[in-house]
Amino acid sequence: MRHLLSIADLDRDGIERILARAASFAEVSGREIKKVPTLRGRRVINLFYEASTRTRSSFEIAARTLSADVTNVVSSGSSVEKGESLKDTVQTLSAYDPAAIVIRHPHAGAAALVARWTPAAVVNAGDGKHEHPTQALLDVFTLTRRLGSLEGRRIWIVGDVEHSRVARSNILAFAKLGAHVTVCGPPTLIPPGIEALGCDVRFTLDDLRQADVVYALRMQHERMRANYVPSLREYVARYQVNGRRLHPRQILMHPGPVNRGVELSGDVVDSPQAVITAQVEAGVVVRMAVLYELLAGVRAPAPAPTPTPQLA
Amino acid sequence: MRSTLVSIPTPPADLLVRGAHVVDPRSGLDEPADVLVRRGLVAEIGAPGSVRADEGAEVLDGARRTLTPAFVDPHVHLRTPGQEHKEDLETGTRAAAAGGFCAIVAMPNTDPVLDDAALLRSLREQAQREARVPVGFLPAITRGLAGETLTEMAELRDEGALGFTDDGRPVVSAGILRRALRYQQLCGGVLALHEEDPTLSAGGAMHEGEASARLGVSGIPSLSEATMVARDAALALAEGARVHFQHLSARESVDAVAAAKAAGARVSAEVCPHHLTLTDRAVLDLDTRMKMNPPLRAETDRRALIDGLRDGTIDCVATDHAPHARDEKEVPFEEAPFGTTGLETAFAALHTELVLPGVLPLALLVERMTAGAEVMGLPVPRIAPGEPANLALVDLRARWTVGEHGYESRSDNSCFAGRTLTGRVLLTVAAGAVAYRERAFALSAA
Repeated sequence: MRHLLSIADLDRDGIERILARAASFAEVSGREIKKVPTLRGRRVINLFYEASTRTRSSFEIAARTLSADVTNVVSSGSSVEKGESLKDTVQTLSAYDPAAIVIRHPHAGAAALVARWTPAAVVNAGDGKHEHPTQALLDVFTLTRRLGSLEGRRIWIVGDVEHSRVARSNILAFAKLGAHVTVCGPPTLIPPGIEALGCDVRFTLDDLRQADVVYALRMQHERMRANYVPSLREYVARYQVNGRRLHPRQILMHPGPVNRGVELSGDVVDSPQAVITAQVEAGVVVRMAVLYELLAGVRAPAPAPTPTPQLA
Repeated sequence: MRSTLVSIPTPPADLLVRGAHVVDPRSGLDEPADVLVRRGLVAEIGAPGSVRADEGAEVLDGARRTLTPAFVDPHVHLRTPGQEHKEDLETGTRAAAAGGFCAIVAMPNTDPVLDDAALLRSLREQAQREARVPVGFLPAITRGLAGETLTEMAELRDEGALGFTDDGRPVVSAGILRRALRYQQLCGGVLALHEEDPTLSAGGAMHEGEASARLGVSGIPSLSEATMVARDAALALAEGARVHFQHLSARESVDAVAAAKAAGARVSAEVCPHHLTLTDRAVLDLDTRMKMNPPLRAETDRRALIDGLRDGTIDCVATDHAPHARDEKEVPFEEAPFGTTGLETAFAALHTELVLPGVLPLALLVERMTAGAEVMGLPVPRIAPGEPANLALVDLRARWTVGEHGYESRSDNSCFAGRTLTGRVLLTVAAGAVAYRERAFALSAA
């Protein structure tokens, strides 16, 4: 594996290899001295074009735990604000000879472009509404620790699927591991054609009981302003996962940060069914595993070839 | 009114194309023949070997080659004035000549917008110094393409405007468009419409369908085009106005045009080579060269466009040649500008994808690639005695890789880049003068 750009690029074996590696790192996390020397002397650059607390800190902690030297580049206050193109920024940062560049960008395909412009390994930390593969991997890791295999499990992803890169990566990852995925939300927030990713579509929570896992997505206030839903009140009434709707045997997940009282009621966030902090914890070991897979034993991967256009 | 097309004054050609297979459905020609051009006019057409070259005329070997009327493109972006780093009148018309075009029509979404007569006059003067093939201009329908106030359409027509368009944008207000349609009774000139309801397409970067759902990129639904085609066809019918629908991309739009024609509306329509040969599968790897507006749509749309072109619902092919600088396209898909170049690849792409597999006959393709002239109110190129020589000599067997030897255009954002196409233009005669010779062909002829 040269880059981690999307779940679509991984097969089941690849996912399971990363999960196994993450499990071995989970052991390290339990020790008093948490560092391992694997990436000593290697540089990792976090290049973030969007505000992020948990993903960036998670990648940073993961890289430092592997003894890598980490530099954070954020768009505000950087050359990006001076109008430098993504390509020029990447080529500049590549001159520092990083082993890996972790990129978050507001537009789909940005990580794949970066991979064409740098000899470093590239990790997609979120590209527009497209994918967020390490989130999917940490979610799968969290779930397999609770459930064992995902084979045949029913997972409902609830909320704003249209604007969610987490939903896209997770549908793919859950489905690749044999789970049965259903997405549920208001019709205005379910993109036409999403079934192609391998999921069912529901517009009500009526059958939520059949789910083994309920994965709630963040509902952003600007969606109300853009008329995707008429009001927060109506959204909450129809789609909030709360104590009344959540069954005690179901596992509740959320990528964070939670809007308490919107997509989730406060009581379910604090309930033992919620594994939200376990997801955050898993984030570090899974990202360690990803960096390990990409970098350990590899010096400088060659850039990916430029894709040529396909015939219709 | 002034002559509507302008180019560099060039000495008229004297030449004899000997023994080429001549294909011109309008003249009933589909046979080997000698074609003699004297002083820029088609002087004589005869059986192979029967026509004698004039003294001093150039003789071209047409054996195993095909001679057609040169093509007319009613829709190109020459980026002049204001964006000459993408294209200018010289590079754009060189690209046209290399693609076998003898006339092209430039859009007004320049900087400043082509929306007044003084600018049109200066642009036409510039074309007389720089354009390798005749160029016509469609100034804006509304000032600044803002959709609010009409341009001085009558004065613009006096200055040589072929018609009007806000291309790149729709005329959102039905009220404003209706005024323009009524004013057309005074000044004439076709109104060419880019059909898109921005309340349906806002923020979209590709066809709304499986690819956009997969990629998490906002979609441009087919409805955003088809609803506007239907609306404006109704306006055109009610006002008896002459309207041309640009770059149809959706099956539903073809249906709307067919219904409008059946109802007696004076409407015409064009389709682009990329919409006839590619689908939204091509955007799955987010290659920005595949980003156009309207977008590449589904296979059912592509098939409906081909059927529409075949049965005449769609009148002509237009390239929507839209050059962009490399650094403008080397950005994430959603940030990239819309558009692909098209002049240099139009014939070869359609010949390769539609004629060779037997989807369309060559004669029909030739007819549709020249019919843009009629749509724009221009004389249609024909191979017939007394007609101005507008000719494309092509090698239908030549295989070439797009972009391998660069482009005549200043920009390289071709959606066909890297593909091997079959069919190459060897020579273009435009308005009686030689406008282009393919390099290897020029050498072999020398």
